[in-house]
Amino acid sequence: MIEVQNLTKSYGAVKAVDDVSFTVNKGEILGFLGPNGAGKTTTMRILTGYMPATSGTVRVAGFDVFRDSMEVRRHIGYLPENPPVYPDMTVESYLDFVARIKNVPAERRAVRIDDAVRKTNLEDRRSQLIKRLSRGYKQRVGIAQALVHDPDVIILDEPTVGLDPKQIIEVRNLIKGLAGSHTIILSTHILPEVSMTCDRVVIINKGKIAAVDTPQNLTSQLKGGQKIRIEVEAPERRLREVLAQIPGASRVEVEPERAGERLAVTVEAAQGKDIRSEVAAKIVQNGWPLFELRGVSLSLEDIFLELTTDDATHAQLSS
Amino acid sequence: MHGLYAIYRKEMGHYFVSPIAYIFIGLFLILSAFFFNVILSEVIKQSFQMEMQSMQFGQPASFDVPAAVLRSFFGLLSTLILFFTPILTMSVYAEERKRGTMELLMTSPVSELEIVLGKFLASLSLFAIMLLPTASYLIFMVLRSEPMLPWRMLLAGYAGVLLLGGSLLALGSFVSSLTENQLIAAVITFAASLFIWVLDIARSSDTGAGAVLQYLSVIRHYEDFTRGVIDTSSLIYYFSFIVLFIFLTVRSVDSMRWRRA
Repeated sequence: MIEVQNLTKSYGAVKAVDDVSFTVNKGEILGFLGPNGAGKTTTMRILTGYMPATSGTVRVAGFDVFRDSMEVRRHIGYLPENPPVYPDMTVESYLDFVARIKNVPAERRAVRIDDAVRKTNLEDRRSQLIKRLSRGYKQRVGIAQALVHDPDVIILDEPTVGLDPKQIIEVRNLIKGLAGSHTIILSTHILPEVSMTCDRVVIINKGKIAAVDTPQNLTSQLKGGQKIRIEVEAPERRLREVLAQIPGASRVEVEPERAGERLAVTVEAAQGKDIRSEVAAKIVQNGWPLFELRGVSLSLEDIFLELTTDDATHAQLSS
Repeated sequence: MHGLYAIYRKEMGHYFVSPIAYIFIGLFLILSAFFFNVILSEVIKQSFQMEMQSMQFGQPASFDVPAAVLRSFFGLLSTLILFFTPILTMSVYAEERKRGTMELLMTSPVSELEIVLGKFLASLSLFAIMLLPTASYLIFMVLRSEPMLPWRMLLAGYAGVLLLGGSLLALGSFVSSLTENQLIAAVITFAASLFIWVLDIARSSDTGAGAVLQYLSVIRHYEDFTRGVIDTSSLIYYFSFIVLFIFLTVRSVDSMRWRRA
């Protein structure tokens, strides 16, 4: 549905988007993850036909975004970072206006507006002036305008920002409900959102793609080996010796001392080895009180930080 | 051109929900009515004076009161327009950009031309609505004149006002699309309007350059209209002026895609 090839956008010497390529399949929900200034919004603006690329091609529904801009715009619903609403209009008249400029034929407008209002739960705010709505409701109006013309592709820039937890869940469900019949790209900072709603994730940093995969693949791939966390009362040096003896154990990290003798230790094992029982056995053998033993899995957050932290910062963090 | 109509509707709607439009129109009408009064009494006074003079010197008095009033009033209108049109156009693009709705318009299947024309026609419509009540006193005067003033003079005058207004609105539209600051847009529009206005002063010089500058003056062509004369070269001037600035505005709107957010 969407093909991005070698997309680059430069502002003078700075490359906001640097040779980015990815595809989005029909009916898929693609997540766009990256720190501020990574190039997410710029990429979306190029996709929606708002700004031209410096080089590379983007095709949406088979149409080139540069050559057939009008055609592409007919197929896309777009919610920018701030909902593009007119404060002096009512929700109803605003959605009517958007329906008109999106080329919704007159006989279908009422139905489409009803549908968009229903999906975003704006029924009881229909005739209210937009400037009187709270941030959350304004955001919903923003989502409604992206839906009103029933586009094939929906592009959402941080759709759940400013919403309360209940509304966030509603929006996520709404997005999931739209998948299949619509193709969706959403950008976000909220990592759980990505694992909860997206089929695939593109992690972008400093204009370049850092990773493209499903959330599950990413978490298991970078998990590498198993990580175990133990809390044990033991002398540090002796503990290290004992743990080093366990076949398969690699790194041993001891967290700075807390309650007296009790140490918090992270042990990393080589890929594929489950060393939990051996660790437990060794500790008990030495007569040390064991308070906690658990496996730590790498969350998407860790992966995100891992991929988007550059080497210099890495060195700083681990020192 | 569905987009054009939708945008036109929206702009008109916005003008009339804001109290500023009403205050604006009200002020304009108060000023024009006041000055109409002043002009009327001045012209009547003048005609009495001339009648006295002719009685003294035995020359037949010939003074077309209604025509004189018409000419002076349209002259006044042009001055009022000079001040009022920059205010009409100053927020046209600035507001959209501030609200982020420009991005909405430019990612929708509407062309820049539709956007610019929709907005321009809306400002022109508001301008025409603003002028309408002034016609009431002029029509009244024409009906009461003996011999009756030909309607052609009234129509020509208003045609001139609309063309002059349209030109300044197109200019203001262009300036407004260049900046996000409404005040700067208004000031620059006013300054630019004034500049092309005073090009008319070049008429005092007899050189060829003087003639060119005179032609370019936006007020020079207006004067013919106030005399009831619709000159083709003036029509061409105004239409070209409007088309030029609409074109420039379209280019300017397109360039918004390149400006860094």
